[in-house]
Amino acid sequence: MNPALLGLITIIAGVGGCIGYFYLSNQFLDKVLFPAKGPNAGQNINRANLIRPWLFLFPALFALGLYLAYPVFETLRLSLTDRDQGGAFVGLENYQQMFSEPKFWEALSNNMLWLIVVPAAATAFGLLAAQLTDRIKWGSVAKSLIFMPMAISFVGAAVIFKLVYDTRPVDQNQIGILNAVWLQFEGGIGSFLFLKALPALVLASFAGIVAYVGWIFIQPIANRNDEGLGFIPLRLFVGSAALYLVWLSVKSLAGLFVFSFPYGEPQTWLTIPFWNSFFLMVVLIWIQTGFAMVILSAALRGIPEETIEAAIVDGANPLQVFFKIKVPQIMGTIVVVWTTITLVVLKVFDIVFAMSNGQWETQVLANYMYDKLFRADEWGVGSASAIIIMLLVSPILIWNVYNARKEMK
Amino acid sequence: MDNIAGSKSSLGWVVQISTVLLVALWIFPTVGLLVSSFRTADQISSSGWWAALFPSEQSQRYRVADPDDNRSNVDGVYVVKGNFFTENRGGGDIKSWGTSSREIGAYAPGEVADLGDGETFSVDAEGNYAWTGNDEQISGRGQRAFVTAVSPPEFTFNNYNTILFSGTAGDNMTKAFFNTLTVTIPATVIPIVVAAFAAYALAWMDFPGRALLIAIIVGLLVVPLQLALIPLLSLHVGIGIGKGYLGTWLAHTGFGLPLAIYLLRNYMVGLPRDIIENAKVDGATDFQIFTKIILPLSFPALASFAIFQFLWTWNDLLVAKVFLIDSTGQTTVMTDQIVNLLGTRGGNWEILATAAFVSIAVPLVVFFAMQKYLVRGLLAGSVK
Repeated sequence: MNPALLGLITIIAGVGGCIGYFYLSNQFLDKVLFPAKGPNAGQNINRANLIRPWLFLFPALFALGLYLAYPVFETLRLSLTDRDQGGAFVGLENYQQMFSEPKFWEALSNNMLWLIVVPAAATAFGLLAAQLTDRIKWGSVAKSLIFMPMAISFVGAAVIFKLVYDTRPVDQNQIGILNAVWLQFEGGIGSFLFLKALPALVLASFAGIVAYVGWIFIQPIANRNDEGLGFIPLRLFVGSAALYLVWLSVKSLAGLFVFSFPYGEPQTWLTIPFWNSFFLMVVLIWIQTGFAMVILSAALRGIPEETIEAAIVDGANPLQVFFKIKVPQIMGTIVVVWTTITLVVLKVFDIVFAMSNGQWETQVLANYMYDKLFRADEWGVGSASAIIIMLLVSPILIWNVYNARKEMK
Repeated sequence: MDNIAGSKSSLGWVVQISTVLLVALWIFPTVGLLVSSFRTADQISSSGWWAALFPSEQSQRYRVADPDDNRSNVDGVYVVKGNFFTENRGGGDIKSWGTSSREIGAYAPGEVADLGDGETFSVDAEGNYAWTGNDEQISGRGQRAFVTAVSPPEFTFNNYNTILFSGTAGDNMTKAFFNTLTVTIPATVIPIVVAAFAAYALAWMDFPGRALLIAIIVGLLVVPLQLALIPLLSLHVGIGIGKGYLGTWLAHTGFGLPLAIYLLRNYMVGLPRDIIENAKVDGATDFQIFTKIILPLSFPALASFAIFQFLWTWNDLLVAKVFLIDSTGQTTVMTDQIVNLLGTRGGNWEILATAAFVSIAVPLVVFFAMQKYLVRGLLAGSVK
């Protein structure tokens, strides 16, 4: 049958079936099973009202159970069995096999890198874009343009960025913009300014901001503010994380000046180990920044103006206003944005699949799983890696459920 | 907001310029692909897409038409006349020309070059040339000329013609376009209907276990669909659906439901209680309240979810690869075909760019037309 016709029939059958089901089951309940007349009318109405919610819920619950809840348990079961032995129970053998594969550890460590860099960069760019666009007249146009990549598929974005990263031999015109820009640098003073001084400045200001945020967190301990002892571990954790990041930045800062760039040679960006992961991350950051911007911009506009006014009157500088007044008030939203992007990152598949397919040490968990399930045909190991993804997601799951329940009370 | 202290921010220009830079950085990659899709293969491989936006200067070597066939004799002076651009490929406005490869810009258009012993040669701005001399000079091979011409930006629709109408099976996207459409529409419509009823029950009906159900749905929001691939594929094969549209629609419905129920329930809870209670007092059943009151009032939330689900199913690769595309390749969708093109025609940017843009165009139109609802849905949908 023609698929278009099949689609039309499915829409009619699906929608009509749903509405028919809801209508007829309600009619059956009210007219046949518990009619609201006769001697038991009152009792019947109560009974009908007990059952009705489940009539409304049944199709959704059935689909949710079958398509989301059941697979979680089934995947867990598959990860403990071996398909080649007819589904015999093998305990943790699949996990052992997976842990002994270097490709798995490569995928896991890449995923961790993605988990740190992408949410941080997308949230930071989103915050920057929200701050900038809220202050200018053509802000809404700027917002739409930054938001636009959200509509583009990961595959489309992969093609877009493959063109950006394209490489031609040294004697031809470069058609990838990154190489064209790269070849403008020849090791002169301009190269020093753009490739050493500018990144150094960025790194230094990053270290500065991190140190400042760390200090904001640590300061109350030093001042012996008593606001409940429970916050001290959190403050110490943020403080030491900040210290670590500052140390890393200073180290890279020193490394930057020693490093000699291969000027004048076109680079095949996606085959440079370690850094190629960052070139893939750029694609996701490019897509997710718009999301972060939209949510954070709404949150920033929701900040009561009196708080900022009061801070300015008290003599706070713009940095203090931003970090001590605005950021704490939208902290909840920042966490939401961060976790939402984290979820996207954990499931990232299309970008890696289309751009490098996990070669040159760019493997990630979702693509590793796809490889195992559909190329190597090892269902056990594939399911085991799916369970790893589920484990990484579950803290966010628990946190979301906890918050949703709190909100409802 | 920093301006409230009274002084207009002196950073205004810095903000403007930074925003322009940020926006430029964000749209540059897409513009590059869009421009490339309107260029020929030769243009794409000879210069970057940014060069296509400006007039391009190209130097070309031409040869005068064969003198033995084309010369004309006027009083013993032989002349060959013609036009480089009509005789060969190319065009534009000639800036300079020369007769030797060492001095390709020796003459301005219209100037006459003296080649010695009365032999002359001239080229004008439109590419018309005249080569004059005696019988011996105007013979053998035609005079060489090196021409530097400035041609205006040049774009073509040929790539779109190839991709949409005339390409080979691997390049032509028409089938994949309709396959994607076939996947998308039922996969968007069906979950809305199912979710709307459930959301109404969760928002406005009292029953034991309601809070628990809502918590479970919030939990299911984040379950990675990767876990569902193998169990559901086995299930589909087991009950006889196999790989095909029906299984794909069901899978998209299942995966889209948590967000749909969550969004719609949050919206429906906010509807005014009075309307619903008045209707109940007037004797309306729950079914009537839902279809006559709740559904029309929930239009913004329904639109938000519809856009989400549309974008997600249109752009999806994984679900289609697992549940739809079989070895015959008859049911391939656009994302999958583009990935295949990346493998087989990795260097043919005119094909790749156009194919990608054909698949991006529809979501972009939907995005710009219904951005309001998308933003509203995002704000409501991110779990607070």
